Amino acid sequence: MTDIDDRPVQRARVRPVRDGVALGLAVGVSGVAFGAAAVGSGMTVAQACVLSLLAFTGASQFALAGAVAGGAGLIGGVAGAILLGSRNALYGLRLADLLPRRGIRRMVAAQGVIDETTAVTLAQPDVAAARLGFLATFVTIYLTWNLTTLLGAFGAGRLGSPQALGIDVVGPAAFLALIWPRLRAGRTERAVGLAGAAIALATTPFLPTGMPVILAATAAVAGALLSPRPDSPQPGSPRPEVP
Amino acid sequence: MTGVWVAVLVTAAGCYALKLTGLVVPKGVLSNPRVRRFAELVPIALLAALVAVQSFAAGQSLTIDPARLAGLGAAVVALLLRAPFLVVIVVAAGTAAVLRALGVA
Repeated sequence: MTDIDDRPVQRARVRPVRDGVALGLAVGVSGVAFGAAAVGSGMTVAQACVLSLLAFTGASQFALAGAVAGGAGLIGGVAGAILLGSRNALYGLRLADLLPRRGIRRMVAAQGVIDETTAVTLAQPDVAAARLGFLATFVTIYLTWNLTTLLGAFGAGRLGSPQALGIDVVGPAAFLALIWPRLRAGRTERAVGLAGAAIALATTPFLPTGMPVILAATAAVAGALLSPRPDSPQPGSPRPEVP
Repeated sequence: MTGVWVAVLVTAAGCYALKLTGLVVPKGVLSNPRVRRFAELVPIALLAALVAVQSFAAGQSLTIDPARLAGLGAAVVALLLRAPFLVVIVVAAGTAAVLRALGVA
């Protein structure tokens, strides 16, 4: 590729911002699906919006909405939702050197440590570009995700019964879309997914609602013990999905 | 309803704490390859479990809802065709909604 731009500094600033805004917009609009699923499962518009504002990590949010729909088992639902957020801690480890190191700026940056910001940040060539990419992705996705959550939550409440609209399928379809790229990553991933599903279904009749999903984490323990190395050559690389 | 608010706030606090942990914890604490691998695999196990439970369970009983399963089948087809996230969701919900409206399932 020929580089005819003689302003490399400016170029270096444009790319991370462009990447971050594009990914943030593309992924952030999925908030509409969460808003609809949350209200369809019995949460209020305010609860859906507060969860998007404060939790700001998609899989955990869908999981809690599902637990609310189940009626009972909120404790299990909360535990599952938090466990789903554990990968963000690992992203934080990789981003720690690139983001503000102390004070209020670090506290704010922490809220933005999710799949998409990690993907854009780690793809940049230097620290300045990485910070810019993080900021662009975080701001774009935060605004879009929260705005579309509000739209989805309002829309689902106005349009009719959630069952008639197929809103009860939004949760499982979203989870399936979220693990799809991970299932393609290797045999261990597929085995862990199958085992997790089997454990949850087999224990559903015997355990309180929510607990079977927590128990499925044992499949991940087994996978980590039996196959500590990833089958694919990119350990820990995040894949853009939803926050 | 109060219970749901508590659940929302505790989930939010837990998710934020995990994000902050990664930035604050000294490097090396989580450097054990098995711990890293576990954190990679946990979402897969839990999300697969959630797909299974939300597809086949109603409370503590296992059920089959033909419209819901058809919607999920449509989602799989959309994923195989590499459709974007929102398209997958709309196709899945739309399939279930249409089948229910027609009274087929």
